Amino acid sequence: MDIFEKLTEVLADHTGRDASEFTRDTTFESLGIDSLETVEMVMELEEELDTELELDEKVSTVGELVAFIERKLGE
Amino acid sequence: MAELTGKVALVTGAARGIGYAIAAKLAENGADVVLFDLCPEEAGEAAAAEIANTYSVKALFRRCDVSNFDTVQETVKEITKELGGVDILVNNAGITRDKVLLAMSEQDWDMVLDINLKSMFNTIKACYRNFMKKKAGKIINISSVSGLMGNAAQANYSASKGGVVALTKTVARELATRGVNCNAVAPGAIETPMTASMDQGALQALLATVPMGHMGKPEDIAECVAFLASDRAKYITGEVIRVDGGIAM
Repeated sequence: MDIFEKLTEVLADHTGRDASEFTRDTTFESLGIDSLETVEMVMELEEELDTELELDEKVSTVGELVAFIERKLGE
Repeated sequence: MAELTGKVALVTGAARGIGYAIAAKLAENGADVVLFDLCPEEAGEAAAAEIANTYSVKALFRRCDVSNFDTVQETVKEITKELGGVDILVNNAGITRDKVLLAMSEQDWDMVLDINLKSMFNTIKACYRNFMKKKAGKIINISSVSGLMGNAAQANYSASKGGVVALTKTVARELATRGVNCNAVAPGAIETPMTASMDQGALQALLATVPMGHMGKPEDIAECVAFLASDRAKYITGEVIRVDGGIAM
């Protein structure tokens, strides 16, 4: 399953932009997404992935969040 | 239907004193309640049974050291499984170790800060995700007039309770757009086991500072908490309400 793709879908939902606009280097700040909203997006992904992903580190780009989730899923 | 029917309230330091009065009041208003306390198992179970029998709600006791981060996370997970997530969190647990600063030990300082302030970080953190998911929640932290004014021989206690005010306002700001209210109540001189154990001279001196001239009762605090826990207070957040007979006005 492609976490990047899933995340960009959630991002599109949150920002009203097209999923194709996001790259791994896109910062949440540039999208006007604060850290709590990042947590909320992770919660939405938790439901889709049926797992618990406690976001316990600071992530500032889409790529960092994808890497975080992939690492958690691998644990 | 009572206004808190269907809600789950977690109250720390709930086996006696102000905490017990709060748990009982929330139960009277229809909430199921979870009592955290470090008291002996028997006393905690008795307090929970009394509330359950009187108000016909679910009342659970969990012996829990709220200053221990891991214990709190685990215990909140357990009660979430049993009752569903916490809707109302009342951080009340607190202790005093009064001495002038010169005589205060490092242990006196750490213990009071851990139980009175760090405990609130522990419980709020344990409930935070659930509040965000529900986009609803009430957090009520018990501060003290000592935290607003300072109080000689209470450097540790006053600092912890002042910290509670800052924590309350910060959490209120973080969660304001998420449907979560976070407020504090600052009691003054209240008739509790904590004040009963005070030095009589100090108690008299304290009483002399109360414009109303008498001590308050735990129920006075509980009424204020019950209001903040209800939808009647939905537009109030980051507030500190003094219930102190006028001490800190």
